[in-house]
Amino acid sequence: MEARDTIGAFGRGGADRPPPSLEASSPRYGEKLIKGFLASCAILSVITTTAIVISLLLPTADFFGEVGFTDFLFGTEWAPTFTPAAFGVLPILVGTISTSLWGMLFAVPMGLGSAIWLSEYASPKARKVVKPVLEVLAGIPTVAIGIFGLVFLSPVIEGVFPFMVNVPPFSAGVAGLAIGLMLVPIIASISDDAMRAVPGGLREAAYGLGSTKMKVATRVVFPAAISGIIASLVLAGSRAVGETMVVLLVAGASPNLTFDPGSSVLTMTAFIAQTATGDISTGSITYDTIFAVGALLFVLTLIMNIFAIRLVRKYREVYE
Amino acid sequence: MVGESRVKETLKDRAPEEQSEQAGLIQQISVREAAPTEVDPWAGEKVFDLEHVSVSYGSSLAVNDVSMTIPKNEVTALIGPSGCGKSTLLRCLNRMNDLIPSARVDGEVLYHGQNLYGSKVDPVQVRKLIGMVFQKPNPFPKSIFDNVAFGPRILGLGDIDHRVEKALRGAALWDEVKDRLDDNAYGMSGGQQQRLCIARTMAVDPEVILMDEPCSALDPISTAKVEDLMNELKEQYSIVIVTHNMQQAARVSDKTAFLIVEMDAAEGNRWGQLVEYDETDRIFTNPQDSRTEDYVTGKVG
Amino acid sequence: MRPQSAGNSPEISGSERSRLATAGARAVTLAQLSSQPRGDRFKGGIFLALLLFAVAIALLGLVAIIVQAAVKGAPAFGMDLITNGPSTLNPEQSGFRPALLGTLYLILGVILLVVPLGVSAAVYLEEYADRTRWWNRMIELNVQNLAGVPSIIYGILGLAFIVRGPLDLGFILAAGSMTLALLVLPTVILAAREAIRAVPPSIREGSLALGATKWQTIRRQVLPAAIPGVVTGVILAISRAIGETAPLLLVGAASFVTFAPTFFGDNGYTALPVMIFNYAARPQDEFRVLAAAGVIMMLIVLLAMNSFAIWLRNRYEQQW
Repeated sequence: MEARDTIGAFGRGGADRPPPSLEASSPRYGEKLIKGFLASCAILSVITTTAIVISLLLPTADFFGEVGFTDFLFGTEWAPTFTPAAFGVLPILVGTISTSLWGMLFAVPMGLGSAIWLSEYASPKARKVVKPVLEVLAGIPTVAIGIFGLVFLSPVIEGVFPFMVNVPPFSAGVAGLAIGLMLVPIIASISDDAMRAVPGGLREAAYGLGSTKMKVATRVVFPAAISGIIASLVLAGSRAVGETMVVLLVAGASPNLTFDPGSSVLTMTAFIAQTATGDISTGSITYDTIFAVGALLFVLTLIMNIFAIRLVRKYREVYE
Repeated sequence: MVGESRVKETLKDRAPEEQSEQAGLIQQISVREAAPTEVDPWAGEKVFDLEHVSVSYGSSLAVNDVSMTIPKNEVTALIGPSGCGKSTLLRCLNRMNDLIPSARVDGEVLYHGQNLYGSKVDPVQVRKLIGMVFQKPNPFPKSIFDNVAFGPRILGLGDIDHRVEKALRGAALWDEVKDRLDDNAYGMSGGQQQRLCIARTMAVDPEVILMDEPCSALDPISTAKVEDLMNELKEQYSIVIVTHNMQQAARVSDKTAFLIVEMDAAEGNRWGQLVEYDETDRIFTNPQDSRTEDYVTGKVG
Repeated sequence: MRPQSAGNSPEISGSERSRLATAGARAVTLAQLSSQPRGDRFKGGIFLALLLFAVAIALLGLVAIIVQAAVKGAPAFGMDLITNGPSTLNPEQSGFRPALLGTLYLILGVILLVVPLGVSAAVYLEEYADRTRWWNRMIELNVQNLAGVPSIIYGILGLAFIVRGPLDLGFILAAGSMTLALLVLPTVILAAREAIRAVPPSIREGSLALGATKWQTIRRQVLPAAIPGVVTGVILAISRAIGETAPLLLVGAASFVTFAPTFFGDNGYTALPVMIFNYAARPQDEFRVLAAAGVIMMLIVLLAMNSFAIWLRNRYEQQW
């Protein structure tokens, strides 16, 4: 109340009172406390990462106490629960790469085609409808896509191309196709953003010189947006490598060391999900194996993510 | 850079017209000067004392070595070409420059003898006493009433309804909005929005109101209303206004400071420099510095 | 939203501008020199047809997933689906009751954890963090990285840190909630940051110039203005959490639970996607019908949430 009166007196112009203090009327500990709380929430994300690394690292160290590092990385037989057990990760690593590659083979042309159409050809009205619908596709739970692959895609493809499904209903190629469906909106959305961020002046200059729409899209806009487009592909690849439910349902469970799309394969993610759901005791070699495979998966996706983040940052810096 | 050269161009375009207005102004003023001056215009109380104030962003200097006093209950104008640092200078008077992490203020800004940048000074307390109106009207996305009531509420001032009405009346806005106080402020015209921002500032009873080109986004009619308002406001408040419009400075201010852009051709640096600070009448009729004369007569811009 | 902001601030560095201009000019000149108008029109037509094909395939995939599940699941539609638990003996009358309740509880837990933590972290990063400090940049990079970590890795984290290890909660529903919360936290932080960044600085300046403190400004001006964006982000993140299956498999969402769950009860819980997965993985067709019906149930919920989020975004998008 006193403060108010002082200020009031100034407002009225005349009074000969001493000027009010410029020092804080209270130390405002609350503000500092709030800032501390907010900062600790942000730091929680760092703790999460640390926890992930620790939880992967400790059992992985135990694992390599029993299994040789080269036996793991370069061994060609994967049978961790058999006697005698074999811990060669190559079959499931190749399984992961195989399903991801088949997925990308489908998703890259479809995703980039959609992106070019959205950013260069679509009318604002069409865009306003198609983009959200694609986002819905991105939001469909992967278990649903997996079921679609298992119950629909697999029999249909087996009927048309029998060589694609050796052991019905499981197939690396069909799993890849289902994953690809899920990757299309990721590629389309990020690449579309990158291409739309290309300054309009560049397009107009090209049109002004009489270029066709196709040439503007492929030779002007596409190259200018290339870092964002590559980022979208890398992110999609990282999602494919980390995808679990689709491969669990469609790819089968046989650790075959092959890139054959018709073969059934076991991926790293499927191995983790399958093994961890069973009844396993902490500290057993099977338990540690889950973490060793998890560590490899984490490192792979981390490298891809950091690469993608760098690229995205680059194109945002250029245009914003 | 682009913006600056454009401004220069438009100023040049307008130069002849401006000059003729200037001539009229000079006549007016010389008539007034004929009457004997009874009071020393610098004798009154002062709010700010700037002593060798320099502002820099990171390693680049923005305003160099400004010393001036700003009187109480008058309108003081800062004029000069764009890039001369007049807005920067204004924003050090209520520590809005603190929001830019790299900004640094050297020298002393004394407010009633207290250094605004003293170690114990709280910028929040400073801004309660020294309000600010911005270049672009920036009402909050709330109702008209809540816009004005926001300040009194957070400062814990009582009798909100009365304060809001008084502030809106003070800003000559009450009659236009009294029937739609609950409407969103975004529905108002630009000029109304700017007067709302002035009302918002008045509602917390500051001693000083800083105005950063308050009319640059407004049409001539709205501008005239805001200018009329300033003339009334100076009875209660001390006002410092930045403007690039010389006629506006001549119309509304009692004192005028003229800043220019200095350039170091070798390094490519530019910074603002105070050239002349005097009564507005003298700045426009009888400037002491030839650069001021060139600027106010429209020879350079 | 991004392209618009890019358009508003076309601050491209000079060298980059000239590089782009040269690249564009060169491409256009090349195109000019080698062009044959009639062939161009033909090629352009083919190109557009390919783009439309890509978009059509993506949209068709979405439609196929929904239609296939609806057709397959139709026989199981009915109140049994909601009111009954699972039964191996008569699959025709099986339902999802415990799974629905489980998902409801899980998501409730996720919301309670993720909204305060995510928004607080976002406020810290946008309003307080000084980006010249290395630790703030590290937190930022870390959040972006976490958003790309595969969900199964979060399952491993939950297993090693929450179910066992330091927290040692056991296979309880609360552990599932915490795992899912950590999984979607980065998404919520990124969305909330975007929403907070969209509030123009002039609002903050206006508030601070009235003598409001930083926290008063955030609490009374910035956050209320950012609410639509934050809510949109939270809804999208939650809808992702609803469909997540893989991490839950690792933190104990058992498949055959016939009773309603509690947060801390240690006699097991399940979730909608987990139960769908379990039904789908069984060979009997009756269970696959159930799985398809479950997918439709889940998609209806997700579509409703997504549409609401999109509506909210469009409704409040261009406030400034």
